[in-house]
Amino acid sequence: MSYVENYEVVVIGAGHAGIEAGLASARLGCKTAVFAINLDSVGNCPCNPSIGGTAKGHLVCEIDALGGEMGRTTDECFLQSRMLNLGKGPAVHSLRAQIDRNRYKEIMKRKLERQENLFLKQAEIVDISRENDEWILTSRNNIRYKAKAVVMATGTFLEGVVHIGETSYNSGPDGVFPATLLGESLKRLGVKIKRFKTGTPARVLKSSINFENLEPQYGDEKIVPFSKDTKNIGENKVVCYISWTNDKTKEVILNNLHRSPMYSGKIEGVGPRYCPSIEDKIVRFPDKKRHQMFIEPCGLGTDEMYLQGMSTSLPEDVQIQMYRTIPGLENVKIMRPAYAIEYDIGDPEQMYSTLEYKEFPGLYGAGQFNGSSGYEEAAAQGLVAGINAALKIKKEEPLILDRGTSYIGTLIDDLVIKGANDPYRMMTSRSEYRLVLRQDNADERLTPIGRKIGLIGDKRWEEFCEVQRLKEEEIKRVNTVVIAPSKELNDVLVSRETSPIESGVKLVDLLKRPQISYKDLKQFDTTRLEISSEILEKVQVEIKYEGYINRQNRQISEMRRLEKKILPKDLDFSEIKGLRLEAIEKLSKLKPNNIGQASRISGVSPADISVLIIWLATKFNKNEVNSDENSI
Amino acid sequence: MSDTIAAIATAQGVGGIGVVRISGEDAFSIAENVFKPYFGQQKGCISNLGGYRAKYGKIIHNNEFIDEAIALVFKAPNSYTGENVVEISCHGGMYLTKRLLRAVFESGARPAEPGEFTKRAFLNGKMNLSQAEAVMDLISAKGEKSNKIAYSFLEGTAGKNITKIKNNIVDIVANLSVWADYPEDEVPAVDENTLKIGVEKVYNDVLSLIKNYDTCKILKEGVKTAIIGRPNVGKSTLMNLLSGFEKSIVTDIPGTTRDVIEESVMLGDIPLLLVDTAGIRDTDNVIEQIGVKKAKESIGMSDVIFLVLDASAGILEQDRELIDKCNPKRTIVILNKCDLNKKIEKEELLSTFSDRIVEISAINGEGIEKLKEIFENIVGISDIEPSNMVISNERQLNVMNNVKKILEEALEEIDQKMTFDAVTVLLQDAVEKIMEITGESASEAVVNKIFSKFCVGK
Repeated sequence: MSYVENYEVVVIGAGHAGIEAGLASARLGCKTAVFAINLDSVGNCPCNPSIGGTAKGHLVCEIDALGGEMGRTTDECFLQSRMLNLGKGPAVHSLRAQIDRNRYKEIMKRKLERQENLFLKQAEIVDISRENDEWILTSRNNIRYKAKAVVMATGTFLEGVVHIGETSYNSGPDGVFPATLLGESLKRLGVKIKRFKTGTPARVLKSSINFENLEPQYGDEKIVPFSKDTKNIGENKVVCYISWTNDKTKEVILNNLHRSPMYSGKIEGVGPRYCPSIEDKIVRFPDKKRHQMFIEPCGLGTDEMYLQGMSTSLPEDVQIQMYRTIPGLENVKIMRPAYAIEYDIGDPEQMYSTLEYKEFPGLYGAGQFNGSSGYEEAAAQGLVAGINAALKIKKEEPLILDRGTSYIGTLIDDLVIKGANDPYRMMTSRSEYRLVLRQDNADERLTPIGRKIGLIGDKRWEEFCEVQRLKEEEIKRVNTVVIAPSKELNDVLVSRETSPIESGVKLVDLLKRPQISYKDLKQFDTTRLEISSEILEKVQVEIKYEGYINRQNRQISEMRRLEKKILPKDLDFSEIKGLRLEAIEKLSKLKPNNIGQASRISGVSPADISVLIIWLATKFNKNEVNSDENSI
Repeated sequence: MSDTIAAIATAQGVGGIGVVRISGEDAFSIAENVFKPYFGQQKGCISNLGGYRAKYGKIIHNNEFIDEAIALVFKAPNSYTGENVVEISCHGGMYLTKRLLRAVFESGARPAEPGEFTKRAFLNGKMNLSQAEAVMDLISAKGEKSNKIAYSFLEGTAGKNITKIKNNIVDIVANLSVWADYPEDEVPAVDENTLKIGVEKVYNDVLSLIKNYDTCKILKEGVKTAIIGRPNVGKSTLMNLLSGFEKSIVTDIPGTTRDVIEESVMLGDIPLLLVDTAGIRDTDNVIEQIGVKKAKESIGMSDVIFLVLDASAGILEQDRELIDKCNPKRTIVILNKCDLNKKIEKEELLSTFSDRIVEISAINGEGIEKLKEIFENIVGISDIEPSNMVISNERQLNVMNNVKKILEEALEEIDQKMTFDAVTVLLQDAVEKIMEITGESASEAVVNKIFSKFCVGK
């Protein structure tokens, strides 16, 4: 009991959230410890062997732009890369990479091991308490750790219970043991806990699959990295395959539905809507004849294959029957069965947008602990929680990313304002500012912030500034260069179903036409400089979508105007004359930091917001408020 | 920089004049859009005027004359709100004032929130704390009231129509979103044609909603009712009785009312937009002739006609001409001056007007209850169907006009082959606008729709 170690920041959990939190805190100079229940599961991907995807690709690029690690590591160990949604517009272009799971874990663990100021340790924290201004964490082996700030990044470990048909047992993901005491300790502390559920499909043996009649899915020819630090991106190394369920699959599932813990009522946790099990899909959409599934390799050093789309909590004997109805899987051998897992989360409504608990200064939450789902969502929150833990210790202003800056900001705002009713997945439709929050400009939006915080090094910063300079120059150029009409040009214009020109036209005006691309104009644009396609793409998007970008920027500044009206931390809303009862209840519960947040709470009406604004104005220095109001 | 708001500043109901107040940065230019001065240049007629100065002119909108008016200019910070303010006074009555207000909205102002002028006044340092607190009470009271109105509105037919439009756009946005967010799932691909047809359909629904506004607002703003009759049968006395207010000049000289006077009054539960007309007779007086012409026109333009006959005089030739002009199903024959010696018996008119005949004395108020009863019946059987009511106020009309603009833009962008991410943003904007009425969150609605409608996810 007498052995005590002192840290500034302690991170509980070394999954995607914990890794980013630990690295950020250590890189910002704080003495940091990262605890994992098992050091062989650091950076584990217990579900799909891929990173990125729609909106998630945005998150990874944003993490990279702020100085996080996920993008770089993915680039180092990807097996196949695809840019999704090409042709649907720049707002929804999303990068996704299949990764080598074991390599990913290896690289991440090594990065933690070699990080200055960071100590990675295998330990299960069983108790958390507060003494004076410090957090005391006790391990199962009775070692005490003191910390000024704690980041909870417990993933699905907290009170984890695995369900496979009628069988259920206490377990973390991938057979690692769970954290069975920490949840109780958090409840004693006063943290409000909810129960969630998620699930994963089986891993099967590659040689037991017949690939002959399956549709292959290849990676892109031209591979774009996630990270701006990646200069030499590798090649595609694997192929994925597509197959379909059929009537027989449905029959097997429906005949055995009573053996699913979801349908027998054994699972109380709320499952994700976006990631339904195959039995959910079949029950909820009975008219659908077949469901698509993907067969994805888990790594180069293993023959385990992941069956995307086939997550289930049916008993293992049913799983074998069910999978074997699918073309290509007739003789499939299950190496690891599919399972559902229930776990505890902290209700995210208890946090500020800094991810710090309102009631518990120095306690932060990140990742699945906050009710989100997905590696990328976890890493994004881990990064913000780690940064803010460090900034707090350094007594600096916290990092608050609003909805106008990033998907990271949108994710956090949704979690802390709307709470989590089921595991939260990022989607492009979650952002009202999606034409501004693109993957291609993540660096522009966030690298200056990362630099200011101290996570962007000199070299990266200089490269960023150079890209910006070239981009500005090119924008200036296309605004001055005039393209003369010619038969060749008009042929191109007409072939693209857009009107020919009769006199000289500015290059920018041709580029504004949705049908015309930079490439189309190459031979007519003789003063074009040799600059990277990345910059050309940025310029083209800004020109083509200028109207939309301006419009959304206006909406963002309107939103920010309200975000700047800060509400006092200990405000008693029931004291404010004129608020409706429902609004008082909601506001008291969520304690919004500012008027902007208050306006997004359901149950708070525009009239309530007016009352709050006036109350604020009467309460505080009137001149300040006035000058702000006048600057609308 | 603040946006520009407008509202009717005078009390709703009967009044000598109606004032529309415009406040905000663009107050002057917006006023110049609707106000044409009788003297001097149109351009800068308001903005070049000094503070506390007035200009006489007319309100013209969409090339249509609305009313004569006075524009009064207040320059920031010397105004009620501390911003640039224009107050346009027109002739009273809700009808004209609302038309003026609508013209102002269509020129760029947005409807003021409850208490917003006062809020701005306070925030610009024009009020002290206790005044501001009084305003807070007011705002919250109004907020609650408008919530109640919004609620009952959403429950009714009007709400159903708007909800239908909202659901249709949400459907389209959900289709677009799921197609972008789940590129590898089996979801229907969105093609230009289907998208266009979908958006056009919603656009047409919005359009007819807006068009219906005028026909439907009569129940909200009044059943247009003309009082006609030959001179000096007591039309103005009746009007004054109904409005409880000496508006028409009453004399015993035939031809006193030379213009059409409009008034909004309640008859039972139904608001009435009352048009008092010049007595219809052949006259040499030019001004009176115009009045007579207008009175004849108002027979055709009214929903209901009060045909006033002088019971003490009997049915004259002129009365017969009028009887022929009126659609008997929508006409109530009012036998006035029944306190005097009656020379008309109801029975003479029964075959034409059946039970839509009432004997009254406008001077002492006898028979008004009976008139109410008949009127309510006639409104029930005429073409006015409450279920046609779709948009219930100017604010909602304003929202639907915004939605219409956005949908027009979206259709244009689809034609221009703009990528669908941009079109989605426009449509989601439209959803957000509609949800200002219903108070929901647009992105939430889309996400919920995706999961209820599509089988997606790994």
